[in-house]
Amino acid sequence: MIRVEKLTKEFVRKGGDGRIVRKLAVDDLSLEIKKGEIFGLLGPNGAGKTTTIRMLTMQTEKTDGKIWYDGMALEENAREIKALIGVVPQHINFDNDLTVGCNMELHGRLHHLAGAERQKRIAELLRYIELEDTVNMSPRQLSGGMKRRLLIARALIHRPKILFMDEPTVALDPQVRRRIWDLIQEMADRGVTVLLTTHYIEEAENLCHRVAIINKGRLVDIDTPESFCRRMGKIAVEWHENGVRQYRFFDTRAQGAEFAATLEAAHIRRSNLEDVFIELTGRREGL
Amino acid sequence: MLLRDIWTVFWRDWVVLRRRLKKFIFSRMVAPMLYMIAFGWGLGRSIQVTDGSYLDFLVPGILALNSMNISFNSVTPVHSERIYHKSLEEYIIAPVVPEAFVIGKVLAAVLRGMISSAIILLLAAGFGAQLHLTPLFLLVVAVNCIIFSEIGFFAAMTISTYEEMGQVNTYVLLPMSFLCGTFFSVHALPELLRYFIQLLPLTHTSYLLRGLAMSQPVALESFGVLLLYAAVFFIMARWAYLRLTK
Repeated sequence: MIRVEKLTKEFVRKGGDGRIVRKLAVDDLSLEIKKGEIFGLLGPNGAGKTTTIRMLTMQTEKTDGKIWYDGMALEENAREIKALIGVVPQHINFDNDLTVGCNMELHGRLHHLAGAERQKRIAELLRYIELEDTVNMSPRQLSGGMKRRLLIARALIHRPKILFMDEPTVALDPQVRRRIWDLIQEMADRGVTVLLTTHYIEEAENLCHRVAIINKGRLVDIDTPESFCRRMGKIAVEWHENGVRQYRFFDTRAQGAEFAATLEAAHIRRSNLEDVFIELTGRREGL
Repeated sequence: MLLRDIWTVFWRDWVVLRRRLKKFIFSRMVAPMLYMIAFGWGLGRSIQVTDGSYLDFLVPGILALNSMNISFNSVTPVHSERIYHKSLEEYIIAPVVPEAFVIGKVLAAVLRGMISSAIILLLAAGFGAQLHLTPLFLLVVAVNCIIFSEIGFFAAMTISTYEEMGQVNTYVLLPMSFLCGTFFSVHALPELLRYFIQLLPLTHTSYLLRGLAMSQPVALESFGVLLLYAAVFFIMARWAYLRLTK
Protein backbone atom coordinates (compact mmCIF):
# COMPACT_ATOMS: atom_id res chain seq x y z
CA MET A 1 0.00 0.00 0.00
CA ILE A 2 2.74 2.46 1.04
CA ARG A 3 6.39 1.97 0.20
CA VAL A 4 9.05 4.32 1.53
CA GLU A 5 12.63 4.08 0.34
CA LYS A 6 15.57 5.93 1.85
CA LEU A 7 13.37 8.82 3.00
CA THR A 8 15.44 11.72 4.32
CA LYS A 9 14.61 15.17 5.63
CA GLU A 10 17.19 17.75 6.49
CA PHE A 11 16.02 21.08 7.88
CA VAL A 12 18.27 24.00 7.09
CA ARG A 13 17.72 27.13 9.19
CA LYS A 14 19.56 30.26 10.13
CA GLY A 15 20.68 30.12 13.75
CA GLY A 16 20.57 33.00 16.23
CA ASP A 17 24.19 33.89 15.40
CA GLY A 18 23.39 34.05 11.67
CA ARG A 19 25.11 30.78 10.88
CA ILE A 20 23.37 28.03 8.89
CA VAL A 21 22.15 25.20 11.13
CA ARG A 22 21.40 21.79 9.59
CA LYS A 23 19.27 19.19 11.36
CA LEU A 24 18.69 15.71 10.03
CA ALA A 25 15.14 14.94 11.20
CA VAL A 26 14.63 11.73 9.19
CA ASP A 27 17.59 9.72 8.01
CA ASP A 28 17.43 7.07 5.29
CA LEU A 29 14.08 5.62 6.42
CA SER A 30 12.75 2.64 4.45
CA LEU A 31 9.56 0.74 5.26
CA GLU A 32 6.47 -0.84 3.76
CA ILE A 33 2.93 -0.67 5.08
CA LYS A 34 0.44 -3.29 4.00
CA LYS A 35 -3.18 -2.76 3.03
CA GLY A 36 -5.60 -2.86 5.99
CA GLU A 37 -2.79 -2.76 8.52
CA ILE A 38 -2.60 -0.58 11.62
CA PHE A 39 1.03 0.45 11.55
CA GLY A 40 2.63 2.30 14.44
CA LEU A 41 5.57 4.67 14.34
CA LEU A 42 6.98 4.63 17.81
CA GLY A 43 9.77 6.83 19.05
CA PRO A 44 10.82 9.28 21.74
CA ASN A 45 10.11 13.01 21.37
CA GLY A 46 12.02 14.46 18.41
CA ALA A 47 12.57 11.04 16.83
CA GLY A 48 11.18 12.20 13.47
CA LYS A 49 7.67 10.67 13.64
CA THR A 50 5.76 13.83 12.79
CA THR A 51 8.23 14.84 10.07
CA THR A 52 7.79 11.40 8.50
CA ILE A 53 3.99 11.77 8.49
CA ARG A 54 4.26 15.30 7.10
CA MET A 55 6.41 14.06 4.22
CA LEU A 56 4.05 11.16 3.52
CA THR A 57 1.08 13.56 3.46
CA MET A 58 2.86 16.19 1.35
CA GLN A 59 2.84 18.85 4.06
CA THR A 60 6.63 18.93 4.05
CA GLU A 61 8.89 18.29 1.08
CA LYS A 62 11.37 15.47 1.48
CA THR A 63 15.07 16.10 0.99
CA ASP A 64 15.68 12.70 -0.55
CA GLY A 65 14.13 9.28 -1.04
CA LYS A 66 11.05 7.84 -2.71
CA ILE A 67 7.44 7.28 -1.65
CA TRP A 68 4.90 5.14 -3.50
CA TYR A 69 1.19 4.67 -2.80
CA ASP A 70 -0.29 1.60 -4.49
CA GLY A 71 2.63 1.73 -6.92
CA MET A 72 2.07 5.44 -7.69
CA ALA A 73 5.09 7.68 -7.13
CA LEU A 74 4.27 10.63 -4.85
CA GLU A 75 5.70 13.40 -7.02
CA GLU A 76 3.89 12.45 -10.21
CA ASN A 77 0.53 11.63 -8.62
CA ALA A 78 0.14 14.14 -5.80
CA ARG A 79 -3.54 14.97 -6.44
CA GLU A 80 -4.62 11.33 -6.84
CA ILE A 81 -2.75 10.38 -3.68
CA LYS A 82 -4.22 13.30 -1.71
CA ALA A 83 -7.67 11.95 -2.58
CA LEU A 84 -6.66 8.57 -1.11
CA ILE A 85 -5.43 9.80 2.25
CA GLY A 86 -6.92 11.31 5.37
CA VAL A 87 -4.91 13.12 8.02
CA VAL A 88 -5.61 13.50 11.73
CA PRO A 89 -3.07 16.06 12.92
CA GLN A 90 -1.45 16.15 16.33
CA HIS A 91 -2.73 19.66 17.05
CA ILE A 92 -6.36 20.73 16.96
CA ASN A 93 -6.56 22.73 13.73
CA PHE A 94 -10.21 23.57 13.22
CA ASP A 95 -11.24 26.80 11.58
CA ASN A 96 -12.70 28.58 14.61
CA ASP A 97 -14.58 31.08 12.43
CA LEU A 98 -16.72 28.21 11.15
CA THR A 99 -19.18 25.98 12.99
CA VAL A 100 -18.55 22.27 13.46
CA GLY A 101 -20.86 21.55 10.49
CA CYS A 102 -19.13 24.11 8.26
CA ASN A 103 -15.70 22.72 9.19
CA MET A 104 -16.89 19.32 8.04
CA GLU A 105 -18.47 20.83 4.94
CA LEU A 106 -15.27 22.68 4.02
CA HIS A 107 -13.33 19.42 4.18
CA GLY A 108 -15.96 17.67 2.05
CA ARG A 109 -15.86 20.46 -0.53
CA LEU A 110 -12.05 20.45 -0.60
CA HIS A 111 -12.24 16.74 -1.41
CA HIS A 112 -14.85 17.30 -4.14
CA LEU A 113 -17.79 15.52 -2.53
CA ALA A 114 -21.06 16.40 -4.23
CA GLY A 115 -23.65 18.36 -2.20
CA ALA A 116 -26.18 15.66 -1.25
CA GLU A 117 -23.54 13.02 -0.58
CA ARG A 118 -21.55 15.54 1.47
CA GLN A 119 -24.48 16.36 3.73
CA LYS A 120 -25.33 12.68 4.16
CA ARG A 121 -21.75 11.83 5.02
CA ILE A 122 -21.43 14.68 7.54
CA ALA A 123 -24.62 13.61 9.33
CA GLU A 124 -23.49 9.98 9.28
CA LEU A 125 -20.04 10.74 10.70
CA LEU A 126 -21.27 13.13 13.39
CA ARG A 127 -23.69 10.41 14.49
CA TYR A 128 -20.86 7.87 14.41
CA ILE A 129 -18.75 9.93 16.81
CA GLU A 130 -21.84 10.91 18.84
CA LEU A 131 -21.51 14.63 18.12
CA GLU A 132 -24.63 15.18 16.01
CA ASP A 133 -25.86 17.85 18.43
CA THR A 134 -22.78 20.01 17.91
CA VAL A 135 -23.30 20.76 14.21
CA ASN A 136 -24.09 24.46 14.81
CA MET A 137 -21.58 24.94 17.63
CA SER A 138 -18.15 26.53 17.36
CA PRO A 139 -15.26 24.06 17.72
CA ARG A 140 -14.13 26.27 20.61
CA GLN A 141 -17.14 25.06 22.64
CA LEU A 142 -16.11 21.39 22.45
CA SER A 143 -14.10 19.49 25.06
CA GLY A 144 -10.65 18.09 24.22
CA GLY A 145 -12.01 14.60 23.67
CA MET A 146 -14.85 15.85 21.45
CA LYS A 147 -12.36 17.83 19.35
CA ARG A 148 -10.17 14.75 18.89
CA ARG A 149 -13.16 12.66 17.79
CA LEU A 150 -14.21 15.43 15.43
CA LEU A 151 -10.70 15.55 13.90
CA ILE A 152 -11.04 11.84 13.11
CA ALA A 153 -14.53 12.28 11.65
CA ARG A 154 -13.37 15.20 9.51
CA ALA A 155 -10.50 13.14 8.11
CA LEU A 156 -12.94 10.37 7.16
CA ILE A 157 -15.44 12.47 5.17
CA HIS A 158 -14.01 11.59 1.76
CA ARG A 159 -13.66 7.89 2.67
CA PRO A 160 -9.84 7.75 2.60
CA LYS A 161 -8.18 4.40 2.05
CA ILE A 162 -5.24 5.39 4.23
CA LEU A 163 -5.49 7.34 7.45
CA PHE A 164 -2.54 9.11 9.04
CA MET A 165 -2.94 9.82 12.73
CA ASP A 166 -0.29 11.86 14.49
CA GLU A 167 -0.51 11.25 18.24
CA PRO A 168 -4.31 10.85 18.07
CA THR A 169 -4.81 10.51 21.83
CA VAL A 170 -2.25 12.96 23.16
CA ALA A 171 -3.33 14.68 26.41
CA LEU A 172 -6.62 12.77 26.67
CA ASP A 173 -7.98 11.01 29.73
CA PRO A 174 -8.04 7.17 29.69
CA GLN A 175 -11.78 6.86 28.94
CA VAL A 176 -11.60 9.09 25.87
CA ARG A 177 -8.37 7.43 24.79
CA ARG A 178 -10.04 4.03 24.81
CA ARG A 179 -13.04 5.38 22.87
CA ILE A 180 -10.63 6.62 20.21
CA TRP A 181 -8.85 3.28 20.14
CA ASP A 182 -12.24 1.68 19.43
CA LEU A 183 -12.80 4.13 16.57
CA ILE A 184 -9.38 3.32 15.07
CA GLN A 185 -10.02 -0.41 15.38
CA GLU A 186 -13.44 -0.04 13.73
CA MET A 187 -11.88 1.84 10.82
CA ALA A 188 -9.25 -0.86 10.34
CA ASP A 189 -12.02 -3.47 10.42
CA ARG A 190 -13.64 -1.57 7.55
CA GLY A 191 -10.45 -1.92 5.50
CA VAL A 192 -8.79 1.45 6.13
CA THR A 193 -4.99 1.31 6.41
CA VAL A 194 -3.91 3.29 9.46
CA LEU A 195 -0.49 4.76 10.13
CA LEU A 196 -0.28 6.23 13.59
CA THR A 197 2.48 7.83 15.55
CA THR A 198 2.44 7.64 19.29
CA HIS A 199 4.67 7.73 22.27
CA TYR A 200 2.08 5.88 24.36
CA ILE A 201 3.48 2.37 24.33
CA GLU A 202 0.23 0.73 25.39
CA GLU A 203 -1.51 2.42 22.48
CA ALA A 204 0.85 0.79 20.00
CA GLU A 205 0.66 -2.51 21.86
CA ASN A 206 -3.15 -2.52 21.87
CA LEU A 207 -3.77 -1.31 18.34
CA CYS A 208 -0.89 -1.94 15.99
CA HIS A 209 -0.39 -5.00 13.86
CA ARG A 210 3.21 -3.89 13.30
CA VAL A 211 5.39 -1.26 14.87
CA ALA A 212 8.44 0.60 13.57
CA ILE A 213 10.66 1.98 16.30
CA ILE A 214 12.53 5.06 15.20
CA ASN A 215 15.10 7.06 17.08
CA LYS A 216 17.00 10.18 16.04
CA GLY A 217 15.40 9.96 12.60
CA ARG A 218 16.61 6.43 11.92
CA LEU A 219 14.66 3.19 11.79
CA VAL A 220 15.76 0.96 14.65
CA ASP A 221 13.55 -2.08 14.00
CA ILE A 222 10.15 -3.22 12.66
CA ASP A 223 8.08 -6.12 13.92
CA THR A 224 4.79 -7.11 15.52
CA PRO A 225 4.50 -6.19 19.22
CA GLU A 226 4.31 -9.91 20.14
CA SER A 227 7.36 -10.78 18.08
CA PHE A 228 9.36 -7.90 19.56
CA CYS A 229 8.65 -9.26 23.06
CA ARG A 230 9.38 -12.85 22.05
CA ARG A 231 12.71 -11.86 20.51
CA MET A 232 13.75 -10.00 23.62
CA GLY A 233 12.46 -12.62 26.05
CA LYS A 234 8.85 -13.11 27.14
CA ILE A 235 9.62 -12.78 30.84
CA ALA A 236 11.11 -9.70 32.47
CA VAL A 237 12.82 -9.67 35.86
CA GLU A 238 12.93 -6.22 37.34
CA TRP A 239 14.89 -5.15 40.43
CA HIS A 240 16.56 -2.10 41.96
CA GLU A 241 20.30 -1.79 42.36
CA ASN A 242 21.79 1.32 44.00
CA GLY A 243 18.49 3.12 43.38
CA VAL A 244 18.52 2.33 39.67
CA ARG A 245 15.86 0.10 38.08
CA GLN A 246 17.41 -2.92 36.35
CA TYR A 247 15.89 -5.47 33.93
CA ARG A 248 16.79 -8.83 32.48
CA PHE A 249 14.78 -10.82 30.02
CA PHE A 250 14.24 -14.59 29.84
CA ASP A 251 12.49 -16.99 27.51
CA THR A 252 10.65 -18.86 30.27
CA ARG A 253 9.22 -18.00 33.66
CA ALA A 254 11.36 -20.80 35.22
CA GLN A 255 14.55 -19.16 33.95
CA GLY A 256 13.34 -15.80 35.26
CA ALA A 257 12.46 -17.26 38.66
CA GLU A 258 15.84 -18.99 38.92
CA PHE A 259 17.59 -15.67 38.30
CA ALA A 260 15.25 -13.74 40.65
CA ALA A 261 16.13 -16.18 43.44
CA THR A 262 19.70 -14.85 43.35
CA LEU A 263 18.46 -11.32 44.11
CA GLU A 264 17.28 -9.80 47.38
CA ALA A 265 14.00 -8.57 45.90
CA ALA A 266 12.74 -8.78 42.33
CA HIS A 267 9.54 -8.55 40.34
CA ILE A 268 8.79 -11.12 37.65
CA ARG A 269 6.34 -10.16 34.90
CA ARG A 270 5.62 -10.55 31.19
CA SER A 271 7.79 -8.32 29.04
CA ASN A 272 6.00 -5.65 27.03
CA LEU A 273 6.56 -3.21 24.20
CA GLU A 274 7.77 -0.59 26.64
CA ASP A 275 10.68 -2.85 27.56
CA VAL A 276 11.46 -3.30 23.86
CA PHE A 277 11.22 0.43 23.28
CA ILE A 278 13.56 1.26 26.14
CA GLU A 279 16.04 -1.42 25.14
CA LEU A 280 16.09 -0.28 21.53
CA THR A 281 16.11 3.47 22.03
CA GLY A 282 18.42 3.54 25.04
CA ARG A 283 17.57 3.75 28.72
CA ARG A 284 18.78 7.29 29.16
CA GLU A 285 17.01 8.64 26.07
CA GLY A 286 14.83 11.65 26.84
CA LEU A 287 16.52 12.40 30.17
CA MET B 1 -11.87 21.58 -11.23
CA LEU B 2 -9.91 24.82 -10.74
CA LEU B 3 -13.12 26.88 -10.65
CA ARG B 4 -14.70 24.46 -8.18
CA ASP B 5 -11.68 24.70 -5.87
CA ILE B 6 -11.63 28.50 -6.14
CA TRP B 7 -15.32 28.52 -5.20
CA THR B 8 -14.61 26.29 -2.17
CA VAL B 9 -11.90 28.61 -0.87
CA PHE B 10 -14.11 31.64 -1.55
CA TRP B 11 -17.13 29.87 0.02
CA ARG B 12 -15.32 29.60 3.36
CA ASP B 13 -14.69 33.34 3.50
CA TRP B 14 -18.19 34.10 2.23
CA VAL B 15 -19.74 32.03 5.08
CA VAL B 16 -17.71 34.03 7.60
CA LEU B 17 -18.53 37.38 5.96
CA ARG B 18 -22.26 36.59 5.63
CA ARG B 19 -22.48 35.95 9.35
CA ARG B 20 -20.79 39.28 10.15
CA LEU B 21 -22.12 41.33 7.24
CA LYS B 22 -23.97 43.97 9.31
CA LYS B 23 -20.98 44.51 11.59
CA PHE B 24 -18.71 44.65 8.56
CA ILE B 25 -20.85 47.27 6.81
CA PHE B 26 -21.19 49.50 9.87
CA SER B 27 -17.51 49.30 10.76
CA ARG B 28 -16.54 50.18 7.18
CA MET B 29 -18.62 53.36 7.30
CA VAL B 30 -16.70 54.97 10.16
CA ALA B 31 -13.32 55.86 8.59
CA PRO B 32 -14.64 57.17 5.23
CA MET B 33 -17.33 59.20 7.01
CA LEU B 34 -14.66 60.82 9.21
CA TYR B 35 -12.47 61.52 6.16
CA MET B 36 -15.38 63.18 4.38
CA ILE B 37 -16.38 65.25 7.40
CA ALA B 38 -12.83 66.29 8.28
CA PHE B 39 -11.32 66.76 4.84
CA GLY B 40 -14.47 67.31 2.76
CA TRP B 41 -16.55 69.59 4.97
CA GLY B 42 -13.93 70.84 7.41
CA LEU B 43 -10.62 71.47 5.65
CA GLY B 44 -12.21 71.13 2.22
CA ARG B 45 -14.18 74.38 2.41
CA SER B 46 -10.94 76.35 2.37
CA ILE B 47 -9.27 74.30 -0.41
CA GLN B 48 -9.66 75.31 -4.05
CA VAL B 49 -9.31 72.72 -6.81
CA THR B 50 -9.37 73.35 -10.57
CA ASP B 51 -12.53 71.34 -11.38
CA GLY B 52 -15.43 70.74 -8.98
CA SER B 53 -15.32 70.75 -5.21
CA TYR B 54 -12.56 69.37 -2.98
CA LEU B 55 -15.02 66.60 -2.01
CA ASP B 56 -15.20 65.52 -5.68
CA PHE B 57 -11.40 65.52 -5.70
CA LEU B 58 -11.20 63.69 -2.37
CA VAL B 59 -13.64 60.79 -2.84
CA PRO B 60 -11.62 58.93 -5.53
CA GLY B 61 -8.58 59.18 -3.24
CA ILE B 62 -10.55 57.82 -0.29
CA LEU B 63 -11.84 55.01 -2.50
CA ALA B 64 -8.30 54.14 -3.54
CA LEU B 65 -6.87 54.10 -0.02
CA ASN B 66 -9.90 52.40 1.50
CA SER B 67 -10.01 49.59 -1.08
CA MET B 68 -6.27 49.15 -0.50
CA ASN B 69 -6.66 48.87 3.29
CA ILE B 70 -9.75 46.66 3.25
CA SER B 71 -8.46 44.18 0.70
CA PHE B 72 -5.04 43.97 2.39
CA ASN B 73 -6.49 43.47 5.86
CA SER B 74 -9.19 41.05 4.67
CA VAL B 75 -6.62 38.51 3.61
CA THR B 76 -4.20 38.88 6.50
CA PRO B 77 -6.14 36.56 8.89
CA VAL B 78 -4.56 33.81 6.76
CA HIS B 79 -1.47 34.64 8.82
CA SER B 80 -3.05 33.32 12.03
CA GLU B 81 -4.58 30.39 10.10
CA ARG B 82 -1.02 29.53 9.11
CA ILE B 83 0.92 30.26 12.30
CA TYR B 84 -1.49 29.86 15.23
CA HIS B 85 -4.57 27.82 14.27
CA LYS B 86 -2.74 25.80 11.61
CA SER B 87 -6.06 25.43 9.79
CA LEU B 88 -4.23 26.13 6.53
CA GLU B 89 -2.99 22.54 6.65
CA GLU B 90 -6.49 21.47 5.60
CA TYR B 91 -5.91 23.08 2.22
CA ILE B 92 -2.36 21.74 1.86
CA ILE B 93 -3.40 18.12 2.36
CA ALA B 94 -6.44 18.46 0.08
CA PRO B 95 -6.29 17.81 -3.68
CA VAL B 96 -6.51 21.53 -4.40
CA VAL B 97 -4.05 23.34 -6.67
CA PRO B 98 -2.15 26.28 -5.11
CA GLU B 99 -3.58 28.73 -7.67
CA ALA B 100 -7.12 27.91 -6.48
CA PHE B 101 -6.23 28.77 -2.90
CA VAL B 102 -4.57 32.06 -3.83
CA ILE B 103 -7.35 33.12 -6.22
CA GLY B 104 -10.12 32.09 -3.79
CA LYS B 105 -8.61 34.11 -0.96
CA VAL B 106 -7.94 37.12 -3.22
CA LEU B 107 -11.50 37.08 -4.60
CA ALA B 108 -12.93 36.98 -1.08
CA ALA B 109 -10.82 40.02 -0.18
CA VAL B 110 -11.88 41.76 -3.40
CA LEU B 111 -15.53 41.20 -2.44
CA ARG B 112 -14.93 42.91 0.91
CA GLY B 113 -13.07 45.72 -0.81
CA MET B 114 -15.89 46.23 -3.31
CA ILE B 115 -18.61 46.20 -0.61
CA SER B 116 -16.61 48.76 1.30
CA SER B 117 -16.16 50.87 -1.87
CA ALA B 118 -19.91 50.76 -2.55
CA ILE B 119 -20.49 52.09 0.99
CA ILE B 120 -18.12 55.00 0.30
CA LEU B 121 -19.83 55.84 -2.98
CA LEU B 122 -23.22 55.91 -1.22
CA LEU B 123 -21.83 58.07 1.58
CA ALA B 124 -20.15 60.38 -0.94
CA ALA B 125 -23.44 60.82 -2.79
CA GLY B 126 -25.04 61.68 0.56
CA PHE B 127 -22.35 64.32 1.15
CA GLY B 128 -23.09 65.78 -2.27
CA ALA B 129 -20.09 64.60 -4.27
CA GLN B 130 -20.52 64.58 -8.06
CA LEU B 131 -18.81 61.51 -9.54
CA HIS B 132 -19.03 60.01 -12.99
CA LEU B 133 -19.07 56.25 -12.52
CA THR B 134 -18.17 53.99 -15.45
CA PRO B 135 -17.45 50.24 -15.76
CA LEU B 136 -13.75 51.12 -16.11
CA PHE B 137 -13.93 53.08 -12.83
CA LEU B 138 -15.26 49.97 -11.03
CA LEU B 139 -12.71 47.77 -12.77
CA VAL B 140 -9.88 49.99 -11.50
CA VAL B 141 -11.22 49.66 -7.94
CA ALA B 142 -11.39 45.86 -8.37
CA VAL B 143 -7.83 45.65 -9.75
CA ASN B 144 -6.62 47.80 -6.85
CA CYS B 145 -8.28 45.33 -4.45
CA ILE B 146 -6.62 42.42 -6.28
CA ILE B 147 -3.16 43.98 -6.00
CA PHE B 148 -3.37 44.73 -2.28
CA SER B 149 -5.01 41.43 -1.35
CA GLU B 150 -2.15 39.67 -3.14
CA ILE B 151 0.35 41.79 -1.19
CA GLY B 152 -1.56 40.93 2.01
CA PHE B 153 -1.50 37.24 1.08
CA PHE B 154 2.23 37.35 0.40
CA ALA B 155 2.86 39.08 3.72
CA ALA B 156 0.65 36.60 5.61
CA MET B 157 2.51 33.67 4.09
CA THR B 158 6.02 34.95 4.69
CA ILE B 159 5.91 36.97 7.93
CA SER B 160 6.25 35.07 11.20
CA THR B 161 4.78 37.32 13.91
CA TYR B 162 1.71 39.50 14.48
CA GLU B 163 4.00 42.40 15.30
CA GLU B 164 5.70 42.23 11.91
CA MET B 165 2.31 42.08 10.20
CA GLY B 166 1.46 45.34 11.95
CA GLN B 167 4.71 46.83 10.66
CA VAL B 168 3.60 46.25 7.07
CA ASN B 169 0.62 48.49 7.83
CA THR B 170 2.84 51.11 9.43
CA TYR B 171 5.68 51.19 6.93
CA VAL B 172 3.90 50.35 3.67
CA LEU B 173 0.18 51.06 3.74
CA LEU B 174 0.12 54.15 5.95
CA PRO B 175 2.64 56.20 3.92
CA MET B 176 0.93 55.17 0.69
CA SER B 177 -2.46 56.17 2.14
CA PHE B 178 -1.27 59.78 2.45
CA LEU B 179 1.28 60.21 -0.33
CA CYS B 180 -0.11 58.44 -3.39
CA GLY B 181 -2.33 61.22 -4.67
CA THR B 182 -5.17 60.44 -2.30
CA PHE B 183 -5.64 63.74 -0.44
CA PHE B 184 -3.54 65.99 -2.69
CA SER B 185 -1.92 65.85 -6.09
CA VAL B 186 1.52 64.16 -6.25
CA HIS B 187 2.73 67.26 -8.13
CA ALA B 188 2.89 68.98 -4.76
CA LEU B 189 5.69 66.62 -3.68
CA PRO B 190 9.45 67.31 -4.09
CA GLU B 191 10.68 65.97 -7.42
CA LEU B 192 12.77 63.05 -6.16
CA LEU B 193 10.02 61.79 -3.87
CA ARG B 194 7.45 62.29 -6.62
CA TYR B 195 9.34 60.00 -9.03
CA PHE B 196 9.34 57.26 -6.41
CA ILE B 197 5.68 57.78 -5.46
CA GLN B 198 4.65 57.65 -9.10
CA LEU B 199 5.99 54.12 -9.32
CA LEU B 200 3.61 52.86 -6.65
CA PRO B 201 0.34 51.14 -7.59
CA LEU B 202 -1.89 53.31 -5.37
CA THR B 203 -0.72 56.44 -7.22
CA HIS B 204 -1.94 54.94 -10.50
CA THR B 205 -5.24 53.94 -8.89
CA SER B 206 -5.81 57.43 -7.45
CA TYR B 207 -4.91 59.04 -10.77
CA LEU B 208 -7.23 56.77 -12.78
CA LEU B 209 -10.18 56.96 -10.35
CA ARG B 210 -9.95 60.73 -10.11
CA GLY B 211 -9.68 61.21 -13.87
CA LEU B 212 -12.55 58.83 -14.61
CA ALA B 213 -14.78 60.25 -11.85
CA MET B 214 -14.26 63.78 -13.15
CA SER B 215 -14.74 62.69 -16.81
CA GLN B 216 -11.20 63.75 -17.68
CA PRO B 217 -9.03 61.88 -20.21
CA VAL B 218 -6.74 59.35 -18.52
CA ALA B 219 -3.61 57.57 -19.70
CA LEU B 220 -4.51 53.91 -19.98
CA GLU B 221 -0.85 53.04 -19.42
CA SER B 222 -1.65 53.45 -15.73
CA PHE B 223 -4.22 50.65 -16.01
CA GLY B 224 -1.57 48.54 -17.72
CA VAL B 225 0.79 49.24 -14.80
CA LEU B 226 -1.91 48.07 -12.36
CA LEU B 227 -2.44 44.86 -14.33
CA LEU B 228 1.32 44.27 -14.33
CA TYR B 229 1.44 44.75 -10.55
CA ALA B 230 -1.49 42.31 -10.18
CA ALA B 231 0.31 39.69 -12.27
CA VAL B 232 3.64 40.08 -10.43
CA PHE B 233 2.05 39.92 -6.97
CA PHE B 234 0.00 36.87 -7.99
CA ILE B 235 3.22 35.05 -8.88
CA MET B 236 4.74 36.12 -5.56
CA ALA B 237 1.63 35.03 -3.60
CA ARG B 238 1.63 31.63 -5.30
CA TRP B 239 5.35 31.21 -4.60
CA ALA B 240 4.82 32.11 -0.93
CA TYR B 241 2.04 29.49 -0.62
CA LEU B 242 4.15 26.78 -2.25
CA ARG B 243 7.02 27.69 0.05
CA LEU B 244 5.01 26.48 3.07
CA THR B 245 5.87 22.85 2.33
CA LYS B 246 9.60 23.47 1.93
